[in-house]
Amino acid sequence: MSDATIEEVAGEALLEPLPDEGDPGRGRTLFSAWHLILLPLAFVMIIPLLWMVVTSFETLNETRQFPPVLVPGSLRWQNYRDVLEQAPFARWFLNTLFVTVLVVIGNLIFCSLAGYAFARLKFFGRDVIFLLVLATLMIPFQVIMIPTFLIVRQLGLIDTLGALIVPNLAGAFGIFLLRQFFRTLPIELEEAARIDGASRLGILFKIVLPLSGPALATLAVITFMWTWNDFLWPLVTLYSEKNFTLQLGLTTFTGAHQSNTHLLMAANVMSMLPLLLLFFVAQRWFIRGIATTGLKG
Amino acid sequence: MNARRILQSEHVVGWAFAFPAVLLIVVFGIVPIIWSALMSFQRTNLLSTPDWIGLDNYRALSKDPLFKTSAIHAVIYAALFVPLSVGGGLFAAIALNRRVVGMRFYRIAVFVPVVASTIATAIMFLWLFDSHFGLANWALEKVGLGPFGFFTSPNGALYSIVVMTVWGWVGFNAIIYLAALQGVPQELLEAASIDGAKSWSIFRNVTLPLLGPATLFLVVFTSINAIQLFDEVYFLTLGGPGTATYVPVFYLFQLAFQQGIAGYAAAIAYVLLVVILVLTAIQLWVGKRMVYYSS
Repeated sequence: MSDATIEEVAGEALLEPLPDEGDPGRGRTLFSAWHLILLPLAFVMIIPLLWMVVTSFETLNETRQFPPVLVPGSLRWQNYRDVLEQAPFARWFLNTLFVTVLVVIGNLIFCSLAGYAFARLKFFGRDVIFLLVLATLMIPFQVIMIPTFLIVRQLGLIDTLGALIVPNLAGAFGIFLLRQFFRTLPIELEEAARIDGASRLGILFKIVLPLSGPALATLAVITFMWTWNDFLWPLVTLYSEKNFTLQLGLTTFTGAHQSNTHLLMAANVMSMLPLLLLFFVAQRWFIRGIATTGLKG
Repeated sequence: MNARRILQSEHVVGWAFAFPAVLLIVVFGIVPIIWSALMSFQRTNLLSTPDWIGLDNYRALSKDPLFKTSAIHAVIYAALFVPLSVGGGLFAAIALNRRVVGMRFYRIAVFVPVVASTIATAIMFLWLFDSHFGLANWALEKVGLGPFGFFTSPNGALYSIVVMTVWGWVGFNAIIYLAALQGVPQELLEAASIDGAKSWSIFRNVTLPLLGPATLFLVVFTSINAIQLFDEVYFLTLGGPGTATYVPVFYLFQLAFQQGIAGYAAAIAYVLLVVILVLTAIQLWVGKRMVYYSS
């Protein structure tokens, strides 16, 4: 695919209405044979989540029965309290939130700056550098994690949250996404501001970024999800329990509570809650983000 | 030129804007790619000074039975995961691209697993697939099957991981297919329908070819994904029972971070990198030849 088409497609994808925004209510059919396919499909997809939530309210005794108890005798909120008392979940939650928020902010700032430079400024070596950035987009982290570990150790960041933050403050995905979006914006506004004597930084922050809400929101939710859910890198770099993220904490908690299924499910619900809430609030940005991932190739 | 002019030149401003991000990408992206290559020719344990040993790591790799086992598992896993998750995504997207009551609910149900982390998903399926009290065995018993050991079964563990990860990825693939389906020009479908084509024939001859780019992307993307399988194996099976779920990244992780054989692990990483680059090249090559690519 030629460069021009990638740009147009990826940039426009962020502007066009996406599946979630079409009005599924318009001209809808009440009874359709599709329900016979959709209902079982939705059922299968939702069962693991539903079963987790149900189990998180059961007693230990109720989880040790076969056939399984499908409806708990009562809503045992106590399970959630027990989890918080038996493991430093609050600490892990704050660690994860701290890392995630900083990484999201870092990506928004640094990818905006770089994305704007690659989209609008002609500077020495630009095209070569951009090609290098694109090259890293294709390399999965697993393949380079051994030397990355050595570099992060050299920086004295092992077993600190910095190990999760510093290397992830900017990324090829964000730069690419924002560059493509900036290129779809009308350049006339920027030119007018230049004539009025505005600096590039002023143009970026006062003209370009305010018009880039969809792209910034997309980058923010996707980065949030990746960082919140990351497992391998924290596993390699963090050793002390007090520095764990939720994903790491969940694994040690599972090890210690192998047979306390009700507590395990309560812990799992808590770990997923922020992302589930974000998904319901910002569903369209998740969908845009994923649809854009699909276009990056 | 005075100082102010120089400071405002596009060269200076461009570099100043790009520098922080580019520095991060060079230090944590480009340097590790090159360093990995060098390490794969060394004997090193991450602590002492490395020895240069040429191609010895790669020679050893070609004779390593555990690497062979891991690679075979990766191929089996990919051969199931890719068609099931891509096919499942296409099926879900077609069903979700209707105007029927309750669509908002159906879409949420299919999309929501996308935000579940690998560990959260593994915890859910550990319980669902519990050999004594699991919901799956209960349902299977009703139809006269099982009980199965799932993750604890030497013959079933890898397939259980396939089922779980397909569940986790169908929503992602469905979103990409749904976006592609919305891009299919309505006039084309109407024209075909006026010409008297049956709906299956319209799907087969009009819609499916137009979904070609999305399919190509997803097949390559999910294949690269399959090669990266790690979290689920580490959390659920540690490569077991026996070596039933050993996969390359898990083996690489053990070698580098638990046994300190980093050079050898880097050689595995580079083999994976080459496989991934070949897949990407195939994607670009096939993509260029696709008739409907830029419509």
